[in-house]
Amino acid sequence: MTANRSYLPVIRFAALSLLIWVLFTARMAASVQDHTMLVPASDTIFEQKGESEHGAEGKFNAGEMIMEHVLDNHEWHVAEIGNVHLTIPLPVILLYDGKLYAFLSSRFHNETHSYKGFTLEPEGPHKGKIVREGAGGNAAAEGPAVYDFSITKIAFAILLNSFLLAVIFISVAGAYTRNKGKAPSGLQSLVEPLIVFVRDDIAKSSIGEKKYEKFMPFLLTLFFFIILNNLLGLVPFFPGGANVTGNIAVTLVMAVFTFIITTVNGNKHYWVDIINTPGVPWWLKFPVPLMPIVEIIGIITKPFVLMIRLFANITAGHIIVLGFVSLIFIFGAISAALGLGVSVVSVAFMIFMNLLELLVAFIQAYVFTLLSALYFGLATIEPEHH
Amino acid sequence: MELITPGLGLIFWMTLAFLFLVFVLGKFAWKPILLMLKEREVSIHEALNAANQAREEMKQLKFSNEQLLQEAKNERDAILNEARKIRDKMIEEARIKASEEASRIVEGAKASINNEKMAAMTELKNQIAESSLTLAKFILKRELSDPKKQEEYVQELLKEIKFN
Repeated sequence: MTANRSYLPVIRFAALSLLIWVLFTARMAASVQDHTMLVPASDTIFEQKGESEHGAEGKFNAGEMIMEHVLDNHEWHVAEIGNVHLTIPLPVILLYDGKLYAFLSSRFHNETHSYKGFTLEPEGPHKGKIVREGAGGNAAAEGPAVYDFSITKIAFAILLNSFLLAVIFISVAGAYTRNKGKAPSGLQSLVEPLIVFVRDDIAKSSIGEKKYEKFMPFLLTLFFFIILNNLLGLVPFFPGGANVTGNIAVTLVMAVFTFIITTVNGNKHYWVDIINTPGVPWWLKFPVPLMPIVEIIGIITKPFVLMIRLFANITAGHIIVLGFVSLIFIFGAISAALGLGVSVVSVAFMIFMNLLELLVAFIQAYVFTLLSALYFGLATIEPEHH
Repeated sequence: MELITPGLGLIFWMTLAFLFLVFVLGKFAWKPILLMLKEREVSIHEALNAANQAREEMKQLKFSNEQLLQEAKNERDAILNEARKIRDKMIEEARIKASEEASRIVEGAKASINNEKMAAMTELKNQIAESSLTLAKFILKRELSDPKKQEEYVQELLKEIKFN
Protein backbone atom coordinates (compact mmCIF):
# COMPACT_ATOMS: atom_id res chain seq x y z
CA MET A 1 0.00 0.00 0.00
CA THR A 2 2.80 2.33 0.96
CA ALA A 3 4.55 1.54 -2.31
CA ASN A 4 1.48 2.54 -4.27
CA ARG A 5 1.16 5.66 -2.21
CA SER A 6 4.55 6.95 -3.23
CA TYR A 7 3.57 6.83 -6.88
CA LEU A 8 0.41 8.76 -6.27
CA PRO A 9 1.85 12.29 -6.50
CA VAL A 10 3.70 11.37 -9.68
CA ILE A 11 0.56 10.02 -11.30
CA ARG A 12 -1.44 13.00 -10.10
CA PHE A 13 1.14 15.37 -11.52
CA ALA A 14 1.24 13.51 -14.81
CA ALA A 15 -2.54 13.48 -15.05
CA LEU A 16 -2.78 17.17 -14.26
CA SER A 17 -0.14 18.16 -16.76
CA LEU A 18 -1.78 15.94 -19.33
CA LEU A 19 -5.13 17.55 -18.77
CA ILE A 20 -3.68 21.03 -19.11
CA TRP A 21 -1.72 19.92 -22.09
CA VAL A 22 -4.76 18.45 -23.80
CA LEU A 23 -6.80 21.57 -23.22
CA PHE A 24 -3.96 23.75 -24.35
CA THR A 25 -3.14 21.86 -27.52
CA ALA A 26 -6.79 21.89 -28.33
CA ARG A 27 -6.70 25.68 -28.20
CA MET A 28 -3.49 25.79 -30.17
CA ALA A 29 -4.98 23.59 -32.79
CA ALA A 30 -7.98 25.84 -32.96
CA SER A 31 -5.70 28.79 -33.48
CA VAL A 32 -3.98 27.09 -36.35
CA GLN A 33 -6.94 27.84 -38.55
CA ASP A 34 -5.91 31.47 -38.61
CA HIS A 35 -2.28 31.09 -37.94
CA THR A 36 -0.68 32.93 -40.79
CA MET A 37 -1.39 36.06 -38.90
CA LEU A 38 1.78 38.05 -39.34
CA VAL A 39 0.04 41.35 -38.81
CA PRO A 40 1.76 44.76 -39.01
CA ALA A 41 4.84 45.17 -36.90
CA SER A 42 4.59 45.93 -33.26
CA ASP A 43 7.17 45.50 -30.54
CA THR A 44 4.60 44.36 -28.03
CA ILE A 45 4.09 40.71 -27.54
CA PHE A 46 0.34 41.13 -27.82
CA GLU A 47 -1.17 41.37 -31.19
CA GLN A 48 -4.70 42.36 -31.87
CA LYS A 49 -6.07 40.51 -34.78
CA GLY A 50 -8.50 42.24 -37.08
CA GLU A 51 -11.91 40.70 -37.44
CA SER A 52 -11.68 41.00 -41.18
CA GLU A 53 -8.81 38.56 -41.42
CA HIS A 54 -10.56 36.10 -39.21
CA GLY A 55 -11.86 33.05 -40.91
CA ALA A 56 -10.31 33.96 -44.24
CA GLU A 57 -7.80 31.11 -44.04
CA GLY A 58 -10.55 28.60 -43.38
CA LYS A 59 -9.28 25.03 -43.61
CA PHE A 60 -7.45 23.26 -40.83
CA ASN A 61 -4.23 21.68 -42.03
CA ALA A 62 -3.19 18.90 -39.68
CA GLY A 63 0.28 18.37 -41.24
CA GLU A 64 1.12 22.03 -41.08
CA MET A 65 -0.03 22.31 -37.47
CA ILE A 66 1.95 19.26 -36.37
CA MET A 67 5.11 20.39 -38.15
CA GLU A 68 4.83 23.82 -36.63
CA HIS A 69 4.80 22.32 -33.16
CA VAL A 70 7.59 19.86 -33.80
CA LEU A 71 9.92 22.26 -35.61
CA ASP A 72 11.87 25.24 -34.42
CA ASN A 73 10.58 28.79 -34.58
CA HIS A 74 11.93 32.31 -34.32
CA GLU A 75 9.35 33.24 -31.72
CA TRP A 76 7.58 31.43 -28.95
CA HIS A 77 3.84 31.34 -29.32
CA VAL A 78 2.68 30.89 -25.75
CA ALA A 79 -1.07 31.20 -25.90
CA GLU A 80 -3.95 32.72 -27.71
CA ILE A 81 -6.62 34.29 -25.61
CA GLY A 82 -9.54 35.25 -27.76
CA ASN A 83 -7.98 37.23 -30.59
CA VAL A 84 -4.89 38.15 -28.62
CA HIS A 85 -1.80 36.15 -29.38
CA LEU A 86 0.65 35.91 -26.52
CA THR A 87 3.92 35.51 -28.32
CA ILE A 88 7.41 35.93 -26.93
CA PRO A 89 9.72 37.49 -29.53
CA LEU A 90 13.17 35.94 -29.48
CA PRO A 91 16.46 37.51 -30.51
CA VAL A 92 17.51 37.11 -34.11
CA ILE A 93 21.28 37.01 -34.58
CA LEU A 94 22.52 36.92 -38.14
CA LEU A 95 25.99 36.75 -39.59
CA TYR A 96 25.93 38.10 -43.11
CA ASP A 97 28.87 39.16 -45.22
CA GLY A 98 31.14 39.41 -42.17
CA LYS A 99 28.71 41.60 -40.25
CA LEU A 100 26.62 40.75 -37.23
CA TYR A 101 22.96 41.74 -37.09
CA ALA A 102 20.90 41.38 -33.93
CA PHE A 103 17.28 42.34 -33.37
CA LEU A 104 14.06 40.91 -32.01
CA SER A 105 12.03 38.60 -34.17
CA SER A 106 8.97 40.81 -33.75
CA ARG A 107 10.63 43.20 -36.26
CA PHE A 108 9.54 40.80 -38.96
CA HIS A 109 5.90 41.47 -38.20
CA ASN A 110 5.16 43.68 -41.18
CA GLU A 111 3.74 43.52 -44.68
CA THR A 112 6.85 42.10 -46.31
CA HIS A 113 8.07 40.10 -43.31
CA SER A 114 11.35 41.94 -43.78
CA TYR A 115 13.72 43.96 -41.63
CA LYS A 116 17.17 45.37 -42.37
CA GLY A 117 17.25 43.57 -45.68
CA PHE A 118 16.34 40.15 -44.34
CA THR A 119 13.12 38.29 -44.84
CA LEU A 120 11.54 35.65 -42.66
CA GLU A 121 10.05 33.46 -45.34
CA PRO A 122 6.35 33.08 -44.64
CA GLU A 123 5.71 30.34 -47.20
CA GLY A 124 7.38 27.96 -49.57
CA PRO A 125 10.21 25.48 -49.16
CA HIS A 126 12.17 27.86 -46.94
CA LYS A 127 9.26 28.67 -44.64
CA GLY A 128 10.53 29.91 -41.29
CA LYS A 129 14.04 30.53 -42.63
CA ILE A 130 15.65 33.93 -42.73
CA VAL A 131 16.94 34.86 -46.16
CA ARG A 132 18.14 38.00 -47.89
CA GLU A 133 15.30 40.27 -48.89
CA GLY A 134 14.10 39.62 -52.40
CA ALA A 135 16.04 36.42 -52.75
CA GLY A 136 12.84 34.43 -52.57
CA GLY A 137 12.95 30.72 -53.06
CA ASN A 138 16.49 30.40 -54.36
CA ALA A 139 18.25 32.14 -51.52
CA ALA A 140 21.26 29.93 -51.64
CA ALA A 141 21.91 30.65 -55.29
CA GLU A 142 23.29 34.18 -55.17
CA GLY A 143 25.45 36.27 -52.87
CA PRO A 144 26.95 35.39 -49.52
CA ALA A 145 24.96 33.07 -47.32
CA VAL A 146 23.04 34.23 -44.26
CA TYR A 147 24.29 32.46 -41.18
CA ASP A 148 21.49 32.28 -38.67
CA PHE A 149 22.65 32.16 -35.04
CA SER A 150 19.29 33.26 -33.67
CA ILE A 151 18.17 32.26 -30.22
CA THR A 152 15.22 30.36 -31.58
CA LYS A 153 12.51 28.69 -29.57
CA ILE A 154 14.58 25.53 -29.15
CA ALA A 155 17.83 27.39 -28.51
CA PHE A 156 16.03 29.43 -25.89
CA ALA A 157 14.64 26.24 -24.33
CA ILE A 158 18.13 24.70 -24.35
CA LEU A 159 19.58 27.69 -22.52
CA LEU A 160 16.70 27.85 -20.08
CA ASN A 161 16.73 24.13 -19.34
CA SER A 162 20.51 24.09 -19.03
CA PHE A 163 20.26 26.88 -16.52
CA LEU A 164 17.56 24.91 -14.69
CA LEU A 165 19.75 21.80 -14.75
CA ALA A 166 22.71 23.74 -13.39
CA VAL A 167 20.61 25.27 -10.61
CA ILE A 168 19.09 21.90 -9.66
CA PHE A 169 22.34 20.00 -9.48
CA ILE A 170 24.46 22.68 -7.91
CA SER A 171 21.85 22.98 -5.17
CA VAL A 172 21.84 19.18 -4.84
CA ALA A 173 25.62 19.25 -4.57
CA GLY A 174 25.19 21.84 -1.83
CA ALA A 175 22.80 19.52 -0.05
CA TYR A 176 25.42 16.79 -0.22
CA THR A 177 27.99 19.00 1.40
CA ARG A 178 25.50 20.18 4.01
CA ASN A 179 24.12 16.75 4.81
CA LYS A 180 27.52 15.15 4.86
CA GLY A 181 27.34 11.72 6.44
CA LYS A 182 23.56 11.90 6.71
CA ALA A 183 20.74 10.33 4.75
CA PRO A 184 19.71 12.29 1.62
CA SER A 185 16.69 14.54 1.83
CA GLY A 186 14.38 16.42 -0.52
CA LEU A 187 15.53 16.93 -4.09
CA GLN A 188 18.72 15.13 -3.20
CA SER A 189 16.85 11.90 -2.51
CA LEU A 190 14.98 12.28 -5.80
CA VAL A 191 18.09 12.49 -7.97
CA GLU A 192 20.39 10.27 -5.93
CA PRO A 193 18.93 6.98 -7.22
CA LEU A 194 19.33 8.29 -10.77
CA ILE A 195 22.93 9.36 -10.17
CA VAL A 196 23.72 6.00 -8.58
CA PHE A 197 21.91 4.28 -11.44
CA VAL A 198 24.02 6.11 -14.03
CA ARG A 199 27.17 5.38 -12.06
CA ASP A 200 26.58 1.71 -11.27
CA ASP A 201 24.35 0.36 -14.01
CA ILE A 202 25.57 2.47 -16.89
CA ALA A 203 29.15 3.61 -16.31
CA LYS A 204 30.60 0.90 -14.09
CA SER A 205 29.00 -1.99 -15.93
CA SER A 206 29.94 -0.71 -19.40
CA ILE A 207 33.32 0.92 -18.84
CA GLY A 208 34.61 -0.97 -15.84
CA GLU A 209 35.61 -0.09 -12.30
CA LYS A 210 38.99 1.32 -13.22
CA LYS A 211 38.21 3.88 -15.89
CA TYR A 212 34.61 4.90 -15.44
CA GLU A 213 35.31 7.95 -13.31
CA LYS A 214 36.80 9.95 -16.14
CA PHE A 215 33.57 9.69 -18.14
CA MET A 216 31.15 10.36 -15.30
CA PRO A 217 30.75 14.14 -15.80
CA PHE A 218 29.83 13.67 -19.45
CA LEU A 219 27.53 10.70 -18.88
CA LEU A 220 25.69 12.32 -15.98
CA THR A 221 25.27 15.60 -17.87
CA LEU A 222 24.08 13.71 -20.94
CA PHE A 223 21.59 11.63 -18.99
CA PHE A 224 20.08 14.48 -17.05
CA PHE A 225 20.07 16.85 -20.02
CA ILE A 226 18.15 14.35 -22.12
CA ILE A 227 15.72 13.32 -19.39
CA LEU A 228 14.97 16.90 -18.34
CA ASN A 229 14.41 18.06 -21.90
CA ASN A 230 12.34 14.98 -22.72
CA LEU A 231 10.09 15.61 -19.74
CA LEU A 232 9.83 19.35 -20.28
CA GLY A 233 9.04 18.64 -23.92
CA LEU A 234 5.93 16.84 -22.71
CA VAL A 235 4.80 19.79 -20.65
CA PRO A 236 2.41 21.64 -22.93
CA PHE A 237 2.69 25.19 -21.61
CA PHE A 238 5.29 27.89 -21.86
CA PRO A 239 8.62 26.94 -20.32
CA GLY A 240 8.14 23.41 -21.59
CA GLY A 241 6.75 22.21 -24.85
CA ALA A 242 9.79 22.92 -26.98
CA ASN A 243 10.77 19.82 -28.90
CA VAL A 244 14.42 20.02 -27.80
CA THR A 245 15.50 16.38 -27.83
CA GLY A 246 13.34 15.85 -30.92
CA ASN A 247 15.48 18.28 -32.85
CA ILE A 248 18.19 16.73 -34.94
CA ALA A 249 20.72 19.52 -34.29
CA VAL A 250 20.51 18.85 -30.57
CA THR A 251 20.92 15.09 -30.88
CA LEU A 252 23.64 15.68 -33.47
CA VAL A 253 25.70 17.72 -31.02
CA MET A 254 25.36 15.11 -28.29
CA ALA A 255 26.24 12.28 -30.67
CA VAL A 256 29.25 14.24 -31.91
CA PHE A 257 30.43 14.64 -28.32
CA THR A 258 30.12 10.90 -27.82
CA PHE A 259 32.03 10.34 -31.06
CA ILE A 260 34.81 12.75 -30.11
CA ILE A 261 35.22 11.30 -26.62
CA THR A 262 35.27 7.75 -28.00
CA THR A 263 37.85 8.62 -30.62
CA VAL A 264 40.08 10.62 -28.32
CA ASN A 265 40.06 7.91 -25.67
CA GLY A 266 40.50 4.98 -28.05
CA ASN A 267 43.54 2.99 -26.98
CA LYS A 268 45.90 0.95 -29.14
CA HIS A 269 43.80 -2.17 -28.75
CA TYR A 270 40.72 -0.30 -30.06
CA TRP A 271 42.41 0.90 -33.22
CA VAL A 272 44.15 -2.41 -33.84
CA ASP A 273 40.80 -4.16 -33.62
CA ILE A 274 39.42 -1.76 -36.21
CA ILE A 275 42.30 -2.11 -38.68
CA ASN A 276 42.90 -5.80 -38.08
CA THR A 277 39.67 -7.23 -36.79
CA PRO A 278 40.35 -10.44 -34.88
CA GLY A 279 38.38 -13.58 -35.54
CA VAL A 280 37.76 -12.77 -39.21
CA PRO A 281 39.17 -14.78 -42.16
CA TRP A 282 42.26 -13.10 -43.62
CA TRP A 283 40.79 -12.80 -47.12
CA LEU A 284 38.26 -10.34 -45.77
CA LYS A 285 41.13 -8.08 -44.82
CA PHE A 286 43.99 -8.55 -47.19
CA PRO A 287 43.64 -7.82 -50.90
CA VAL A 288 40.47 -5.82 -50.41
CA PRO A 289 40.33 -4.39 -46.86
CA LEU A 290 36.64 -5.12 -46.52
CA MET A 291 36.47 -5.54 -42.77
CA PRO A 292 38.56 -2.44 -41.98
CA ILE A 293 36.25 -0.41 -44.19
CA VAL A 294 33.19 -1.82 -42.46
CA GLU A 295 34.73 -1.10 -39.08
CA ILE A 296 35.66 2.47 -40.01
CA ILE A 297 32.13 3.06 -41.27
CA GLY A 298 31.01 1.57 -37.95
CA ILE A 299 32.84 4.30 -36.04
CA ILE A 300 30.60 6.82 -37.76
CA THR A 301 27.37 4.86 -37.78
CA LYS A 302 27.41 4.31 -34.02
CA PRO A 303 26.97 7.99 -33.09
CA PHE A 304 24.82 8.50 -36.18
CA VAL A 305 22.37 5.91 -34.90
CA LEU A 306 22.44 7.57 -31.47
CA MET A 307 21.47 10.84 -33.11
CA ILE A 308 18.65 9.35 -35.18
CA ARG A 309 17.23 7.20 -32.37
CA LEU A 310 16.66 9.96 -29.87
CA PHE A 311 15.45 12.43 -32.49
CA ALA A 312 13.05 9.96 -34.09
CA ASN A 313 11.64 8.61 -30.84
CA ILE A 314 10.85 11.97 -29.35
CA THR A 315 9.60 13.54 -32.56
CA ALA A 316 7.44 10.52 -33.33
CA GLY A 317 5.90 10.70 -29.87
CA HIS A 318 5.06 14.38 -30.34
CA ILE A 319 3.66 13.77 -33.82
CA ILE A 320 1.40 10.94 -32.64
CA VAL A 321 -0.02 13.00 -29.79
CA LEU A 322 -0.54 15.98 -32.07
CA GLY A 323 -2.11 13.63 -34.59
CA PHE A 324 -4.75 12.65 -32.07
CA VAL A 325 -5.44 16.32 -31.43
CA SER A 326 -5.78 16.93 -35.16
CA LEU A 327 -8.28 14.11 -35.46
CA ILE A 328 -10.70 16.03 -33.27
CA PHE A 329 -10.56 19.06 -35.54
CA ILE A 330 -10.66 17.11 -38.77
CA PHE A 331 -13.83 15.33 -37.64
CA GLY A 332 -15.07 18.48 -36.01
CA ALA A 333 -14.93 20.23 -39.37
CA ILE A 334 -17.26 17.59 -40.79
CA SER A 335 -19.74 17.81 -37.95
CA ALA A 336 -19.60 19.15 -34.44
CA ALA A 337 -21.15 15.99 -32.99
CA LEU A 338 -18.64 13.77 -34.77
CA GLY A 339 -15.80 15.92 -33.47
CA LEU A 340 -17.14 15.63 -29.96
CA GLY A 341 -17.44 11.85 -30.28
CA VAL A 342 -13.96 11.48 -31.67
CA SER A 343 -12.53 13.75 -29.00
CA VAL A 344 -13.40 11.22 -26.32
CA VAL A 345 -11.40 8.51 -28.07
CA SER A 346 -8.64 10.95 -29.03
CA VAL A 347 -8.17 12.25 -25.53
CA ALA A 348 -8.06 8.69 -24.18
CA PHE A 349 -5.37 7.82 -26.71
CA MET A 350 -3.51 11.04 -26.01
CA ILE A 351 -3.39 10.27 -22.31
CA PHE A 352 -2.17 6.80 -23.09
CA MET A 353 0.46 8.18 -25.47
CA ASN A 354 1.60 10.77 -22.97
CA LEU A 355 2.05 8.12 -20.30
CA LEU A 356 4.00 6.11 -22.84
CA GLU A 357 6.06 9.21 -23.60
CA LEU A 358 6.92 9.55 -19.91
CA LEU A 359 8.35 6.06 -20.12
CA VAL A 360 10.07 6.83 -23.42
CA ALA A 361 11.58 9.99 -21.91
CA PHE A 362 13.38 7.87 -19.37
CA ILE A 363 14.21 4.98 -21.69
CA GLN A 364 15.70 7.21 -24.37
CA ALA A 365 17.87 9.05 -21.86
CA TYR A 366 18.97 5.66 -20.54
CA VAL A 367 19.66 4.20 -23.99
CA PHE A 368 21.63 7.22 -25.22
CA THR A 369 23.75 7.28 -22.07
CA LEU A 370 24.19 3.51 -21.96
CA LEU A 371 25.29 3.28 -25.59
CA SER A 372 27.69 6.20 -25.16
CA ALA A 373 29.13 4.43 -22.11
CA LEU A 374 29.40 1.18 -24.08
CA TYR A 375 31.32 2.94 -26.85
CA PHE A 376 33.65 4.47 -24.26
CA GLY A 377 34.05 1.03 -22.75
CA LEU A 378 34.90 -0.47 -26.11
CA ALA A 379 37.44 2.28 -26.76
CA THR A 380 39.20 1.88 -23.43
CA ILE A 381 39.02 -1.89 -22.88
CA GLU A 382 42.38 -3.51 -22.26
CA PRO A 383 43.24 -6.62 -24.29
CA GLU A 384 42.71 -9.79 -22.31
CA HIS A 385 45.86 -11.55 -21.27
CA HIS A 386 45.61 -15.26 -21.54
CA MET B 1 13.03 18.11 -44.96
CA GLU B 2 13.65 20.79 -42.38
CA LEU B 3 12.94 18.17 -39.77
CA ILE B 4 16.13 16.28 -40.57
CA THR B 5 18.33 19.25 -41.42
CA PRO B 6 20.28 20.36 -38.38
CA GLY B 7 20.27 24.13 -38.08
CA LEU B 8 23.59 25.92 -37.76
CA GLY B 9 22.42 28.25 -35.00
CA LEU B 10 21.02 25.45 -32.93
CA ILE B 11 24.21 23.41 -33.27
CA PHE B 12 26.14 26.46 -32.09
CA TRP B 13 23.94 27.17 -29.07
CA MET B 14 23.59 23.51 -28.16
CA THR B 15 27.35 23.00 -28.26
CA LEU B 16 27.87 26.07 -26.14
CA ALA B 17 25.19 25.12 -23.62
CA PHE B 18 26.28 21.51 -23.41
CA LEU B 19 29.97 22.31 -22.97
CA PHE B 20 29.04 24.85 -20.33
CA LEU B 21 26.93 22.24 -18.56
CA VAL B 22 29.58 19.55 -18.69
CA PHE B 23 32.21 21.85 -17.24
CA VAL B 24 30.11 23.70 -14.69
CA LEU B 25 28.25 20.64 -13.48
CA GLY B 26 31.41 18.57 -13.63
CA LYS B 27 33.17 21.01 -11.35
CA PHE B 28 30.39 22.16 -9.05
CA ALA B 29 27.94 19.26 -9.03
CA TRP B 30 29.14 15.87 -10.18
CA LYS B 31 32.51 16.03 -8.51
CA PRO B 32 31.27 16.80 -4.98
CA ILE B 33 28.21 14.57 -5.37
CA LEU B 34 30.18 11.55 -6.53
CA LEU B 35 32.80 12.17 -3.88
CA MET B 36 30.19 12.36 -1.14
CA LEU B 37 28.41 9.28 -2.45
CA LYS B 38 31.66 7.37 -2.45
CA GLU B 39 32.55 8.59 1.02
CA ARG B 40 29.17 7.60 2.33
CA GLU B 41 29.38 4.20 0.72
CA VAL B 42 32.82 3.65 2.18
CA SER B 43 31.64 4.71 5.63
CA ILE B 44 28.56 2.46 5.40
CA HIS B 45 30.76 -0.38 4.27
CA GLU B 46 33.14 0.21 7.15
CA ALA B 47 30.30 0.48 9.65
CA LEU B 48 28.86 -2.80 8.43
CA ASN B 49 32.23 -4.44 8.65
CA ALA B 50 32.74 -3.10 12.16
CA ALA B 51 29.31 -4.34 13.20
CA ASN B 52 30.07 -7.75 11.79
CA GLN B 53 33.37 -7.83 13.57
CA ALA B 54 31.74 -6.76 16.83
CA ARG B 55 29.14 -9.48 16.44
CA GLU B 56 31.86 -12.00 15.79
CA GLU B 57 33.73 -10.82 18.85
CA MET B 58 30.60 -10.96 20.95
CA LYS B 59 30.04 -14.49 19.80
CA GLN B 60 33.59 -15.37 20.69
CA LEU B 61 33.27 -13.63 24.04
CA LYS B 62 30.05 -15.43 24.79
CA PHE B 63 31.63 -18.67 23.76
CA SER B 64 34.65 -18.10 25.97
CA ASN B 65 32.36 -17.03 28.82
CA GLU B 66 30.45 -20.21 28.49
CA GLN B 67 33.65 -22.09 28.34
CA LEU B 68 34.84 -20.36 31.47
CA LEU B 69 31.59 -21.12 33.23
CA GLN B 70 31.77 -24.72 32.17
CA GLU B 71 35.32 -24.92 33.40
CA ALA B 72 34.35 -23.39 36.69
CA LYS B 73 31.53 -25.87 37.05
CA ASN B 74 33.84 -28.72 36.28
CA GLU B 75 36.31 -27.40 38.76
CA ARG B 76 33.64 -27.07 41.39
CA ASP B 77 32.46 -30.59 40.73
CA ALA B 78 36.00 -31.84 40.90
CA ILE B 79 36.60 -30.01 44.17
CA LEU B 80 33.37 -31.33 45.61
CA ASN B 81 34.25 -34.82 44.54
CA GLU B 82 37.65 -34.45 46.03
CA ALA B 83 36.19 -33.11 49.25
CA ARG B 84 33.71 -35.95 49.40
CA LYS B 85 36.48 -38.42 48.89
CA ILE B 86 38.62 -36.77 51.53
CA ARG B 87 35.69 -36.72 53.91
CA ASP B 88 34.99 -40.39 53.32
CA LYS B 89 38.61 -41.17 53.76
CA MET B 90 38.80 -39.14 56.95
CA ILE B 91 35.74 -40.85 58.35
CA GLU B 92 37.15 -44.21 57.43
CA GLU B 93 40.46 -43.32 58.96
CA ALA B 94 38.80 -42.01 62.05
CA ARG B 95 36.75 -45.12 62.36
CA ILE B 96 39.78 -47.32 61.98
CA LYS B 97 41.65 -45.18 64.41
CA ALA B 98 38.78 -45.27 66.86
CA SER B 99 38.39 -49.00 66.66
CA GLU B 100 42.12 -49.35 67.03
CA GLU B 101 42.01 -47.12 70.05
CA ALA B 102 39.12 -49.01 71.43
CA SER B 103 40.84 -52.30 71.03
CA ARG B 104 43.94 -50.79 72.49
CA ILE B 105 41.95 -49.53 75.46
CA VAL B 106 40.33 -52.93 75.86
CA GLU B 107 43.75 -54.48 75.60
CA GLY B 108 45.07 -52.08 78.20
CA ALA B 109 42.11 -52.78 80.40
CA LYS B 110 42.64 -56.46 80.07
CA ALA B 111 46.29 -56.05 80.94
CA SER B 112 45.49 -53.89 83.91
CA ILE B 113 42.80 -56.31 85.06
CA ASN B 114 45.36 -59.05 84.80
CA ASN B 115 47.82 -56.98 86.70
CA GLU B 116 45.21 -56.18 89.30
CA LYS B 117 44.37 -59.84 89.52
CA MET B 118 48.00 -60.71 89.91
CA ALA B 119 48.38 -58.06 92.56
CA ALA B 120 45.28 -59.35 94.31
CA MET B 121 46.60 -62.86 94.15
CA THR B 122 49.90 -61.76 95.55
CA GLU B 123 48.14 -59.89 98.28
CA LEU B 124 45.98 -62.91 98.90
CA LYS B 125 49.03 -65.09 99.09
CA ASN B 126 50.60 -62.62 101.43
CA GLN B 127 47.36 -62.59 103.43
CA ILE B 128 47.35 -66.32 103.43
CA ALA B 129 50.93 -66.41 104.48
CA GLU B 130 50.22 -63.90 107.16
CA SER B 131 47.12 -65.79 108.26
CA SER B 132 49.10 -68.99 108.20
CA LEU B 133 51.64 -67.31 110.34
CA THR B 134 48.99 -66.04 112.73
CA LEU B 135 47.46 -69.48 112.73
CA ALA B 136 50.77 -71.00 113.29
CA LYS B 137 51.30 -68.57 116.12
CA PHE B 138 47.98 -69.62 117.68
CA ILE B 139 48.77 -73.28 117.14
CA LEU B 140 52.12 -72.78 118.61
CA LYS B 141 50.56 -71.11 121.58
CA ARG B 142 48.25 -74.06 122.15
CA GLU B 143 50.89 -76.72 121.46
CA LEU B 144 51.58 -77.27 125.08
CA SER B 145 48.04 -78.23 125.90
CA ASP B 146 46.34 -81.31 124.65
CA PRO B 147 47.67 -82.63 121.45
CA LYS B 148 44.27 -83.91 120.65
CA LYS B 149 42.77 -80.62 121.04
CA GLN B 150 45.58 -79.33 119.06
CA GLU B 151 44.60 -81.50 116.27
CA GLU B 152 41.04 -80.48 116.55
CA TYR B 153 41.93 -76.94 116.65
CA VAL B 154 44.05 -77.19 113.59
CA GLN B 155 41.15 -78.85 111.86
CA GLU B 156 38.89 -76.04 112.90
CA LEU B 157 41.26 -73.42 111.80
CA LEU B 158 41.71 -75.05 108.50
CA LYS B 159 38.01 -74.99 108.09
CA GLU B 160 38.03 -71.34 108.77
CA ILE B 161 40.77 -70.64 106.41
CA LYS B 162 38.99 -72.32 103.55
CA PHE B 163 39.41 -69.49 101.17
CA ASN B 164 39.61 -70.67 97.76
